[in-house]
Amino acid sequence: MSPLVWLGVPAIASLAASLILATPIRVAGLQAPEPVFALVPAFAWAMARPSIFPPIVLVGLGLALDLLWGGPLGLWPTCLLGAYALVFAARRILSGQDVLGLFAWYAAACATAMTVGLALMSLRAGHVPSLFGAAAQFAVTLVLYPFAWRLIERYEASEIRYR
Amino acid sequence: MSLRDGPLGEIKPPLIWLAGVALIAAMALGVGLFVTDGQRGQTFAGLRRAADSLASPAGAVLSAPVRWTGDIVGDIGDYLRAGSQNRDLRAELAAARTWRDQAVALRHENERLRGLLGIATAPAMPMISADTVLDARGPFSNSRLADAGADQGITEGNPVLSEHGLVGRITGVGGRVSRVMLLTDVESRLPVLLVRTNGRAILTGDGGPNPALAYLRTHDALREGDRVLTSGDGGVAPRGLPVGTAVRGFGGVWRVALDADAAPIDFVRVLIFKDFSQLAQPADLAPRELPSTATEAPEAPVTLVPAPSPAAKAPAP
Repeated sequence: MSPLVWLGVPAIASLAASLILATPIRVAGLQAPEPVFALVPAFAWAMARPSIFPPIVLVGLGLALDLLWGGPLGLWPTCLLGAYALVFAARRILSGQDVLGLFAWYAAACATAMTVGLALMSLRAGHVPSLFGAAAQFAVTLVLYPFAWRLIERYEASEIRYR
Repeated sequence: MSLRDGPLGEIKPPLIWLAGVALIAAMALGVGLFVTDGQRGQTFAGLRRAADSLASPAGAVLSAPVRWTGDIVGDIGDYLRAGSQNRDLRAELAAARTWRDQAVALRHENERLRGLLGIATAPAMPMISADTVLDARGPFSNSRLADAGADQGITEGNPVLSEHGLVGRITGVGGRVSRVMLLTDVESRLPVLLVRTNGRAILTGDGGPNPALAYLRTHDALREGDRVLTSGDGGVAPRGLPVGTAVRGFGGVWRVALDADAAPIDFVRVLIFKDFSQLAQPADLAPRELPSTATEAPEAPVTLVPAPSPAAKAPAP
C-alpha cells in the first residue's frame, strides 16, 4: 500500500464527507450534526506507523476544513495534530488493545482536539466558546469510531508498518 | 565528495525521530498560521476567496437534492395540515385586519409629526437575494456560503437578513459567492438596542444557538421576551433591524433567541449598507471651508480682549 493510498484515500474521503455534511441539511426541523471526519484518519495514521507524511497531510486537511467552515486558518491543523500527537506518543501502549480499549483512546484523542480548539478560540475571541456546542461535536465525532477501527484493521492487514 | 559518501552519510536517524520532528514542525506551522491570521476574512483573503469560489458550485450541487427533499416533505405536510392551517390563517387574518387599521392611522399620524418636526426619513436601501449553499455549524465557526457576491454589488460588512430577522454579516466576498458570519459565531459582535428599556448591549456569539448580551446597559431590569433590535451604533448595521427576544440562559446570563431561527435560513437578503453616510445627503457631508481662526493679536489673552463696539466697525469717512 503506497503512501498515496494509505494517506490520500482517507484524507479525500473525510474531506468529501465534511463537504456533504456542510450542506444545509435539516432533520425533523433540526440542523444536522457536524462531526469532524478528519479525526478518523488522524487517529488511525498515528496507530499505523511512524512517518513524516501524516503530519504534513493533516496540516493540509486541517487547512481545507478551515477554508470550508470559514474558521481562522491554522485552527483545525493544530487541533488534528494535537490528537495525532497524543496517539503517536502513546502508540506503544495502544498496540494490542481491544476494540473498547482503542475506543477509549479514540475518545481521548477527540477530547484533545476539542480542548485545543477551545483554548485557541478562547484566546482569539476573548471568551470561552459554547461548551455545549463543543460537547455536541465531540459526541457526534465519537460515533465515527467504527470507521477508525476499520481503517486500522485495513492497515494491519496490508502490513504497512513493515514497509 | 557528496555528503552521502562522507562520515555523515553513515548517520541514519530512527524513523520515529524523523516523524517526531515532522510533527513538531507541522504543529509550529499550524500555530503560526493561526497567530498570523488576523481578523477573519482580512488575512489570506485571496486564498479564502478562491476556496469559497471552488466550494460554492459543489455546495449548490450537493444542496439541491436536500432542498428538493425538503420542499417535497413540506408540500406533503402542508397538504395533510391544510384544514387546520386554513382555520389558523382565518383567525390570523381577522387579527391582522384590526392591526392594519391601526397601522394605517399611525402611519398618517407619524407622517404628519415627521413633517412638523422636519425629520428626514432614511432612504430605502437596495437588497440582494441569495441562496445559502454551505453551512458551518460547529462550536468554533458558524458561517454560511451564499451564492451572490461582488458581481451583484455585495461588499464586506453588509448585513444579512432572512425573512424573519438579522442573520449575520458578510465577512468575505468573491465574484459570485460571499461568506456570511452568523450572529452565533464565536467572533461575532453586534451593538443592539433593547426596545422596552431603550438599553444598549453588545450581542456576543459563542458558537451556541443563543448569543449572549454583553456590556448590558439599561435603567430598567430586562424581562423575558423583551424585543432586541440593531442599535445602529458603530455603523455596523442600520438601526431597527429585528434581531430577537431576550431570554435568560444558564447562570442568569441574558441571551437572545434569534428571530432568524424561526425557519431554515435557505434564502437570505443582503442589505447593501455601507455606513451612515449612505443615509445622509452627500452634499451635506462634503467638506466646507471653515472661517479663519487667526486673530489680530494671537498672543493676547482671549478673556481680556474687549468686545468691538458698533462704532468701531463703521467704515472711516
